[in-house]
Amino acid sequence: MSLILLLFTFVLAVFLGFELIKKVPSQLHTPLMSGSNAISGITIVGALVAAGAAEGLFASILGFSAVVLAMINVVGGYLVTDRMLGMFKKKDKGPQAK
Amino acid sequence: MGAILINLTYILSSILIILGIKMLGSATTARKGNLISAVGMLVAIVVTLFDHHILHWTWIVAGLGVGSLIGGVWASRVAMTGMPELVALFNGFGGLASVAVGWGEYLRVQRMGWEKYLEGMSTPAFTLGAIVLAVLIGGITFTGSFVAYLKLSGRMSGRPTLFSGQKALNALVFAVILVLGVLLVLSEGLPAVLPHAHAILITIVCLSLLLGVLGVLPIGGGDMPVVIAFLNSFSGLAGSAAGFVIVNTVLVVAGCLVGASGVILTVIMCKAMNRTLGNVLFGGFGAASGGGAGAKVEGEMKGISVEDAYYVLEAANSVVIVPGYGMAVAQAQHAVKELGSVLEKRGIEVRYAIHPVAGRMPGHMNVLLAEADVPYEQLCEMDDVNPTIANVDVAIVIGANDVVNPSAADDPTSPIYGMPIINVHEARTVFALKRGKGAGFSGLENALFFRSNCRMLYGDAKETVSQLVGQFKEQ
Repeated sequence: MSLILLLFTFVLAVFLGFELIKKVPSQLHTPLMSGSNAISGITIVGALVAAGAAEGLFASILGFSAVVLAMINVVGGYLVTDRMLGMFKKKDKGPQAK
Repeated sequence: MGAILINLTYILSSILIILGIKMLGSATTARKGNLISAVGMLVAIVVTLFDHHILHWTWIVAGLGVGSLIGGVWASRVAMTGMPELVALFNGFGGLASVAVGWGEYLRVQRMGWEKYLEGMSTPAFTLGAIVLAVLIGGITFTGSFVAYLKLSGRMSGRPTLFSGQKALNALVFAVILVLGVLLVLSEGLPAVLPHAHAILITIVCLSLLLGVLGVLPIGGGDMPVVIAFLNSFSGLAGSAAGFVIVNTVLVVAGCLVGASGVILTVIMCKAMNRTLGNVLFGGFGAASGGGAGAKVEGEMKGISVEDAYYVLEAANSVVIVPGYGMAVAQAQHAVKELGSVLEKRGIEVRYAIHPVAGRMPGHMNVLLAEADVPYEQLCEMDDVNPTIANVDVAIVIGANDVVNPSAADDPTSPIYGMPIINVHEARTVFALKRGKGAGFSGLENALFFRSNCRMLYGDAKETVSQLVGQFKEQ
């Protein structure tokens, strides 16, 4: 039963995803992409389970690599996005607007 | 912490991530949205540490530390011009992480046996199917993104790499992966296959990695905005597949949202080029052998000196600046902004017209101009500029090529015919800043440069723009 629920959730999330991002101004395309790229690092959750439950050296190395890689994606992705958006924001308050 | 509490917290985390994505879609809330989704991610990470499956901490703590350090240093050091390749690289790492998760979980199954592993939550065939998808999509994401990274950073030629039988080879590799995938999914019921199951999985991993390389090789640099958006979608789907392996809701939901958003961006980018996704992925567009190069362009390109260009600009009332990838390469965005400022001081109306696929990632030009502090309200989209372009005195094209090629509008034999462009050829005068006389990345001659109202300013874009600014300051 939990499988069906999970598939159900997946399908609903597809529609939600489309609705959420249907209309995005083009100047936000890059931040949206790099922000969602950071979110794709959610696989860190799987990585933590894989690393924490692994038995044996090879499995542990796989788990460890998964955590490192996913964490680079998460931390790097959010930071880069924040840097970008910081530049966008600066101008809103900036004095040089005519 | 009990399983119910963990799952409730996952719901909270999902809500934060969903809100975050929603807020990313509007300029005023975007930064806060990014922060909120980061908090959602943090919540998911912390609560997962309470999962009862987690027994060993050394690897986890080391992994979290090393990953955060690398990601943090990288993200804070990169120059804005290096953004497309970094995003591609991060994206690839996410894909590879999903591969490692899928593979690692398979090893755990082998060690524990199905009954103990599944805890009644799933079935072997379903879990195996999810593992196959996670390593397949994740593998393609990793090597595909890595090739994109090499192309974007100039470590590899941006031109499409084509060889005969390429499509057939790609199809073959994909077919083999499919067959092996089905075999693996059914392996529990096939005693002849079962002993080789792990070998099959390893083969699938290798072939998926190969497919990612083969898939991105034939795609040219100018199509990178589509490829990056597409691979971004893939990395989300790989995460989602990993979520089905470990039966984890937040992983499925968040991965799926990324998948959907990536698809939307991909569609937007394809529309901006008037091409289908299939054409972008399999078209080998812009290859040297690309055939059908369009009608021969007649006439000659006329150069102009910086001084003469200055006198034309000085007399103008309205100027539109059209940046392209060349501006990013020359790192000319600060000089361009300065030019915009001096023009404005003279009372000249300045606008920046940005084509949706200018540059190498979606919104690339917006980021660079934002870095240079160009006022937000001066950035215009293609559809807002085109209706008024006939009243523009001077259009300055800085390192853009295909997105201003009038062949797209009036030459049905041109490979880019039908692609929406910024109609700078309808402006009174066009200045095109360009390195040399050669064709652009796509290998297409640009008919714009031969028009009677177009003058070429040859040389490095940054230097040329700085010289123009210098002229204004001298006076």
